[in-house]
Amino acid sequence: MPSALWLARAVMLAYAFGAVGALVSRGRAGRALGAAGALAGSLAVLCLGVLVLAGGTPLPLPSLVFPISGVLLRVDSLSAVFLLIIGLVGSAAAVYGYGYSAPAPGHPVEPATGGGAGGPRPHPDPRAMGTLLNLLLATMTLQVLADNAFTFLFAWEAMSLATCLFVLTDAADPEAVRAARWYLGMSHAGFAALVGLLLLLSGGDLTIPFEVVRQATLTAGVRDAVFLLAVFAFGTKAGLVPLHVWLPMAHPVAPSQASALMSAVVLKMGIYGLLRIVVDLMHGGPAWWGGVLLGAGALSAVFGILYALLESDLKRLLAFSSIENIGIIWMAIGAGLIFLSYGLLLPASVAFAGALYHALNHAAFKGLLFMGAGAVQRSTGTRNMERLGGLIGTMPWTAGLFLIGAAAVAALPPLNGFASEWLIFQALLEGFRIPQPSTALLMPIAVGILALASGLTAACFVKAFGITFLAIPRSPAAERASEAPFSMRAGMALLAAACIALGLGPFVVVPRLSGALEAMGLTAPGPPSPPLVTRPLGIAGTTGQMSPVLLAAGLLGIVALVHIGLRLAGARAPVRRVDAWGCGRIRQTPRMQYTSAAFAEPLRRVFAELYRPTDDLTVHVHPASEYFVQSIEYHAAVSPWIDRLIYRPMLGLLTRIAGRVRAMQGGSLHLYLLYLCVALLVALLASRWLG
Amino acid sequence: MTATAWLAAVQTLLAVGLAPGLAGVVRRLKARLQGRIGPPIGQPYRELRKLLQKEPLVAHHASWLFRATPFIVFATTVAVAALVPLLAVGLPIYAVGDLIVVVYLLLAGTFFLALAGLDPGSPFGGMGASREMTIAALAEPVIGVAIFALALTADSTNLGRIAARMLAHPATAVSPGHLLAFAALFIVTLAETGRLPVDNPSTHLELTMIHEAMLLEYSGRYLALLEWAADIKLFVFFALLANLFVPWGLAVTLTPLALAVALGALALKLGVLALALALLETRVAKLRLFRVPELLSVSFVLALLAVTASLLGR
Repeated sequence: MPSALWLARAVMLAYAFGAVGALVSRGRAGRALGAAGALAGSLAVLCLGVLVLAGGTPLPLPSLVFPISGVLLRVDSLSAVFLLIIGLVGSAAAVYGYGYSAPAPGHPVEPATGGGAGGPRPHPDPRAMGTLLNLLLATMTLQVLADNAFTFLFAWEAMSLATCLFVLTDAADPEAVRAARWYLGMSHAGFAALVGLLLLLSGGDLTIPFEVVRQATLTAGVRDAVFLLAVFAFGTKAGLVPLHVWLPMAHPVAPSQASALMSAVVLKMGIYGLLRIVVDLMHGGPAWWGGVLLGAGALSAVFGILYALLESDLKRLLAFSSIENIGIIWMAIGAGLIFLSYGLLLPASVAFAGALYHALNHAAFKGLLFMGAGAVQRSTGTRNMERLGGLIGTMPWTAGLFLIGAAAVAALPPLNGFASEWLIFQALLEGFRIPQPSTALLMPIAVGILALASGLTAACFVKAFGITFLAIPRSPAAERASEAPFSMRAGMALLAAACIALGLGPFVVVPRLSGALEAMGLTAPGPPSPPLVTRPLGIAGTTGQMSPVLLAAGLLGIVALVHIGLRLAGARAPVRRVDAWGCGRIRQTPRMQYTSAAFAEPLRRVFAELYRPTDDLTVHVHPASEYFVQSIEYHAAVSPWIDRLIYRPMLGLLTRIAGRVRAMQGGSLHLYLLYLCVALLVALLASRWLG
Repeated sequence: MTATAWLAAVQTLLAVGLAPGLAGVVRRLKARLQGRIGPPIGQPYRELRKLLQKEPLVAHHASWLFRATPFIVFATTVAVAALVPLLAVGLPIYAVGDLIVVVYLLLAGTFFLALAGLDPGSPFGGMGASREMTIAALAEPVIGVAIFALALTADSTNLGRIAARMLAHPATAVSPGHLLAFAALFIVTLAETGRLPVDNPSTHLELTMIHEAMLLEYSGRYLALLEWAADIKLFVFFALLANLFVPWGLAVTLTPLALAVALGALALKLGVLALALALLETRVAKLRLFRVPELLSVSFVLALLAVTASLLGR
């Protein structure tokens, strides 16, 4: 397949062209060059992914693609799935970014109100955005093509730095600086773990190809250590609770095409790494490995969505919802590993297929939602939902596209979120085949947690869409909003189309995903494992089947029949516009509407034990009589107590240690030279003693 | 079209046509139990006819979504009715969507109804939407675990196959896992269909409404579609309870006699459930909203016990 090699070269060339082009030219030309490079590269990545998934054979890419010695590249079906994710969201982000990085329409600056939702700031430099977009896409492509530890680490660090620069686009914003600090700290802790695990795996030589690692035999203790390091390293990248703290800070402050990429694609690199290392290179492990992933995933799913529910900053809400979806993917991988450890290959492959499918689907709908949120922010100057509303009238396209994304993330059939959650349910339902009852009982609990998370997601996105886009505008800025430019709508429409297509076509997607499962070595030694697709238009899990195409056709058919039926029944009286019912009040104002906080209030009270909210009510009364209330102040806050519990003590300790270490810093050059010599001596002695 | 396809269509139309009648029966029984005469059983049909003729009023700020929602809710509910075995097991239509699809289709209806509640900008609509989504979210895990219990005994989430499996192994019907799952799903039915003690379908006070608060702005044919959809939803939940847990009477062979028996059995089972609901609604008072989660956690524990019992009893 020489064409794959050419495509890979084209990818790198296009991204390089885009990065340089965006940097050297100004204004519209720079934006166009950056977008063109990113679009061309991403389309090539998409083609490469489709080509490899269709062909199914792994293919080494001679390092001509990337002229540094020690770099080894190879593409197989598992990489191809993630290439699809990069290509799909990358193309949409490129098109969207062209419009988004143009100067925003003039509107008065809104004061920052609550939830960190700042007003519009001086517009970030489009040149930096174009360059970074190409750079980030290139490093992620490199990441999934890496075929040895050195390349993997190189791409990992380059990707983290590119993301960090994106977070820092608006360096004047203290929020962004804080987010970037947290991001750097967490991702370097993850990087350290990654270095450790790759050293353990490759026996010290980081340049040997993964094929050699795959054959290597390690002792059980080393394997367990590698697994735990992998959970830490990939958990920090993917935003797994409690390693997620950086995520809700970093994703909202980046420009929206970058937020979309970060949530939709960069997080998936954690999933990719986990699958590559734990399933592909190590072929799974004991059942408790799966249990750890299942538990961590369940925790992330519930915590992510509970915090999303309370959020009134639209982009932070989406960021928390990403934590939830990553949790669902980890649950599926965990269940897959448990099945694998008991030799139940069919449920395991359903679980892994569900995980991969959900990764792809989450990329499509979360990319779409972040872009929609970006369009709202660009047009109104705020992300605070309490100041939005009524945008369905002024931004009808954005509203319609956001609605598709919201319905997809809420797993409503026949959209894509449902298709993958259905597969994951099917895998978990197979849990009763596990011979050990205590382990088998984990599965119904996992089903309950997954169902709870998806119910809460529906509530959360009713709020996200309903408060932002429906009813009466809650601020003048929302009233004056205008529709996003064509390029932004086109980017969103691409992802919305993907949401619908991926939802209707699991019978096309799932068989291709099984190629990726084979790339991870998930094939039965004896007879071939039964196919997941048994019906022409539907998919079969292990215990049931469904057909999204027939379902969609049925729904449309019923709507058409009802419409005709109403006509025939003579129900065609014209609609009359009236005031909403308000128990006789004279005028309806935006302040009478339900707010974002009010919407989430019942669930906040139900889950008060988990939120630990602090309420603060101050009533100012007239000095003459306590019956005359002059003003009432109410503050409610929910501070994530995981941060308080884990990170605050840790940061305190770090600061103290850093204070001690500072004593070494005398400022004298001689002292530093002495340190250098001592360090060298110690290193030499240590190597002699160890070697 | 083949015989099975016709039968599937007839089944669906039966559910759509009989649903208002079932609501009328429940209303009538409730009235008699409370010492009133009550409206005739055909009253819901007359209301629907009247509403269809009336001029629909729409609030100034409501968008296209408000007017599209009745169609979406009606379509998802009818689609669910098409997937539930009413008369016969083993129809090919059951493979279009299994129990999980049924649950998520109903959630889709709730999702859009809640959005429509927020759309006119009225405080009552928002209140209804918020409460409805809270209850829907908390009912979801119960349904999930109950599905697990059912799938575990039947080895399938296909509705036709669950019923068929039960017919083949009648002893499982009285197993503890099965009875517990039934109890859990019955509580969920009350929550999902907006019945006492979770929600009062006949309340006239806006502040206590949940489901009705979302419909407050609807009138004319839009209201007719939503009321009808709510009736179908009750019918479908009853049919699920009746035919998944007590499938006797369902036609295994497609002979006219078997289908007639199935129709009679369905009427009998729905009648028993309607009586149970009417008795319950007469006996219990509405729970405070923040006590509803307790009720749902009880049913979650029941469902979990059901799974444990089935798992250990295998």
